Amino acid sequence: MNESELPDPFEQARTDKGFGEMNDQDDPVVMLLRHRDVRKCAHNWKTFQSGAKPGRIVIPSEVYIRDTRQIPFEVDPPMHRTYRSLIEEWFRRPLQADYEQKLLEQVEQAIDEALSRGKLELVSEFSLPLQSRALTLLLNIPYSEADTWISWGTHVFRSEETELDADKANILYDYIDREIDKAQASPGKDLYSVLLASEVEDRTLTKEEVKGVMILTFAGGRDTVINAVTNSIAYFAANPESLKRLRREPEIMGKAVEELIRYFSPLTHMGRVVTQDAEVCNHSIKEDSRISLCWAAANRDAAVFENPNEVILDRKINPHVAFGFSHHKCLGATHARQILKILLTVLAKKVDSIDILSHEEKIEQWGEFQRKVGFESLEVIFNPLN
Amino acid sequence: MAKITFITQEDEKIVTEGDSGSVMELAVAHNIKGIDGDCGGVCSCATCHVHVAPEFFDKLAAASEIEKDMLEFDDNADAYSRLACQLQVNESLNGIVLRVAGM
Repeated sequence: MNESELPDPFEQARTDKGFGEMNDQDDPVVMLLRHRDVRKCAHNWKTFQSGAKPGRIVIPSEVYIRDTRQIPFEVDPPMHRTYRSLIEEWFRRPLQADYEQKLLEQVEQAIDEALSRGKLELVSEFSLPLQSRALTLLLNIPYSEADTWISWGTHVFRSEETELDADKANILYDYIDREIDKAQASPGKDLYSVLLASEVEDRTLTKEEVKGVMILTFAGGRDTVINAVTNSIAYFAANPESLKRLRREPEIMGKAVEELIRYFSPLTHMGRVVTQDAEVCNHSIKEDSRISLCWAAANRDAAVFENPNEVILDRKINPHVAFGFSHHKCLGATHARQILKILLTVLAKKVDSIDILSHEEKIEQWGEFQRKVGFESLEVIFNPLN
Repeated sequence: MAKITFITQEDEKIVTEGDSGSVMELAVAHNIKGIDGDCGGVCSCATCHVHVAPEFFDKLAAASEIEKDMLEFDDNADAYSRLACQLQVNESLNGIVLRVAGM
């Protein structure tokens, strides 16, 4: 196995029974592993709700570190649609030409810097800065603000000792409170200001609602984008012929992005709270317990994907659920796809090969399953084309 | 060359012409509102859902299981629903009318 591979730890359980079980802070979770079950339950919001106590659908649960409801993520239809309609257009801005151009400049700058530096630690010196700077575009705020986010380090909710660290999470929450106050005092064209001026049901959004959208925007797109960027570089380091292929066949870029996202599945799973006794895979699930929709397992389901453990860059039919599925599918997906598409384009244009000098894997533990989701650190050298 | 007509949710009628690629790509190239094609046509996002005018529906190549599964979970799907990314533009589509599905 080479460094870039992400093995599928769910295969046996997915085939044998279709689910796994784990405990999480005494609030156990039944993990759904099959593509069909995951999509079916993601769609059935009445039985498997998102609008539970704030933090409860996240795994590990954030109920002890957060009271603010993330919006629209922790809201069920029909209110979910009302909120989502407010911000959907904003989150499609990454398709605009000037946004794309600015993102291209950021990625080119990052790659040029990496090429000139020689050795670098990819996660902290490339992926985190890239993710943070790109986020200034999504929020439409000054580029320099990224320095603050970079200084927080790769883990906003985690510390060395613990999976969930309330003190670290409060750094983000307090920061967002301050930024909302600033935008209220002096409105601009940034996301905070746009939200503060938005109306639902004939009233403006409350500060708490604005905070809920902002926490989601920060938290949802941080580790996920960092892992996707780092894993992409690791993949092309281990598979240099794939980089050559992208150079030869730029028309497969879109499919390559979808395939890498399927294979990496940066978000392993997301929970739902069960509103009434139900049955999945001949397993009864009790009211007020939790299930999780295991995107990572569904994305390796051999019933849907041929050779699921292989990266097939031009996979033609690829109904992956790496961005979730149905009502709650990822709001930041357009931004994330653009980052990856541009990253691959610039890599193909400027980089001949990448050497991995050392790596430390990032392993998640979910009950009986251990899943590699990316890297804690990855020391590399970029070699220029010509 | 096939003439393909899109009708948006706002009842705007846009007549396009194409001879290759998918119907989703044709729609995106013409900025048809409501056809986003987020995943680029690999059948993972369902943001290119259209209702085919009934008289044309049977002239289309049948939907794959994957496409049918995708539509099954779309609340706005009906018997004439298709994903535009799975429809190839060719002569046989000449004159077809596609109504963009709601969200």
